[in-house]
Amino acid sequence: MTELVVCSGKGGTGKTSIVASLAALAHQPVLADCDVDAANLHLVLAPTIARTTPFVAGRRAVIRAEECTGCGLCAELCRFDAIERVADPVRGASCRINAVGCEGCGVCVHFCPAGAIDFPPARCGEWYLSETRFGPLVHANLDTGAENSGKLVTLVREQARSTAAARGRDLILSDGPPGIGCPVTASLTGADHTLLVTEPSQSGLHDLGRVLELVDHFGVPAQVCINKYDLSLPLSGAIDAWCAGRGIPVVGHIPFEPLTSDAQMAGRSLVEYAPDCEASVAIRGVWREISRRLPGGRGDADTRCARPIPLVARAPRP
Amino acid sequence: MRIAVASGKGGTGKTTVAVNLALTAARAGLSVHLGDCDVEEPNARLFLDVAFEAPRDVSVPVPVIDAAICNHCGACAKICAFNAIACLPDRTLVFLDLCHSCAGCWLVCPQAAITQGTRVLGELTSGTGRELAATQGLLRVGETVVPPLIRAVKDAAGPAAWVILDAPPGTSCPVVETMKGVDFVLLVTEPTPFGRHDLELAVRLTRSVGLPCGVVINRAGGTPDLIDAFCAREGLPVLARIPFKRTVAAACAEGRLAIEADQDVAAAMTGLFHALRDREAAA
Repeated sequence: MTELVVCSGKGGTGKTSIVASLAALAHQPVLADCDVDAANLHLVLAPTIARTTPFVAGRRAVIRAEECTGCGLCAELCRFDAIERVADPVRGASCRINAVGCEGCGVCVHFCPAGAIDFPPARCGEWYLSETRFGPLVHANLDTGAENSGKLVTLVREQARSTAAARGRDLILSDGPPGIGCPVTASLTGADHTLLVTEPSQSGLHDLGRVLELVDHFGVPAQVCINKYDLSLPLSGAIDAWCAGRGIPVVGHIPFEPLTSDAQMAGRSLVEYAPDCEASVAIRGVWREISRRLPGGRGDADTRCARPIPLVARAPRP
Repeated sequence: MRIAVASGKGGTGKTTVAVNLALTAARAGLSVHLGDCDVEEPNARLFLDVAFEAPRDVSVPVPVIDAAICNHCGACAKICAFNAIACLPDRTLVFLDLCHSCAGCWLVCPQAAITQGTRVLGELTSGTGRELAATQGLLRVGETVVPPLIRAVKDAAGPAAWVILDAPPGTSCPVVETMKGVDFVLLVTEPTPFGRHDLELAVRLTRSVGLPCGVVINRAGGTPDLIDAFCAREGLPVLARIPFKRTVAAACAEGRLAIEADQDVAAAMTGLFHALRDREAAA
């Protein structure tokens, strides 16, 4: 079984749109949406949810108001500024926990002199096992402002793996979150391959460098594709050169395509909605290059050691 | 006034709005401090003419166990909700990457065998330019604890008439941390189903923390779009529309200022500035 995770560092480079197209092109994939706090893949894949499971992780402190003496020790000890001591008409003062700020450390629970704080398990969201026109999709919804996004990502990936095993499918295609923090780390740990989608901008290049450092840290073989490459040919060239210097294969250059948002509106991937547009042709090229590198593909599976793909000079679109 | 620029979806133009609004405000005579709270991927400085000082480390307290005093009673492992301490019969182990710095272990240790060490999460750098001051946080690659670094960025924002905070994408704890204590949240979105969906999540978050918000539609077309319809239904003010133009996209890509590259963007930012000034005056 092979797991390909699509990341980007910078947000909005087109990860999800490209994953949707790759889902259409791949042979019997299992799909996973690891961007659990702003999931979008379902908007294109129109899943039928087969099973919904609550995601419970960690605990959250809850003060029993009638037993709180208002001493304020909990507010003093809380390192996360999640407890407030407020005036109370009956007792003079009482303490209040801000559920969004609570990290679930339990220090207040342990030290409350009145033993007035409960510590129940916290619901942080839910995850779904769904069916789509391309195969099963595991996706999730982190509650607004909730903690434990990394744990939810790990859960989504575990479920995708067990679904793939149960259905006899060999490829897991994961849509990763932006950034390099907790959910990204959870998305990359132990993955087999990563596709980094970047865009030709100073920000795109800067963020690509950071996410690549993380990918290296985990030893995951990486390949890059430049989306909207024609928005700045000089920067596109700079990214090509930067990748070539590091031996990272650039597996495709996808032109800016206004039809991408029309495809989103129609709930279709670009390769389904406009199969003949230049961007769709480029995405099919990206998939050919990637699948060639995956185990069982036609070519060299060790992309990290592979020579960069020769770069072809590209003319701007008329 | 403290303003957070957030979005839910990544790449909608948060940094573009934060930087160009900050400079519009500065050029109108306000003292402005721009804080880049997207510490995983900070980009605002690519657009700023600010000389940043040498960075300093930002760290959090973590437990250091004195093996000579520790009798492996297990109280620390018991209170730790993050499984960062394991107590064996002859050893007590700390897993620093799981530690949330809650202080429970050293508060609870009956032997006073735990002292506070430090763990570096990333670095902070500030600078003052001709037009505005700025601070950025930079998370160490491989580090996953983000909120304390965002707090450090916010604490470093000196006295300024306006403090503008560029938030990370998403709706989880780093965004919550950025929004804490601000007066207003600007939500930047784009007229696509992804943009609309994530705007909805961001609005829910903003409301759950009890903050007023307004919307900026980036890459807008000429006519009312699906964001306008959503905002009308939710009673959200649309404070600016930034037209989509390839020339603006190219300028932003190259690290140039959108307000200098395009008059329509400059006009949109001036309109946004006045709309926010009016809200400030009314508050």
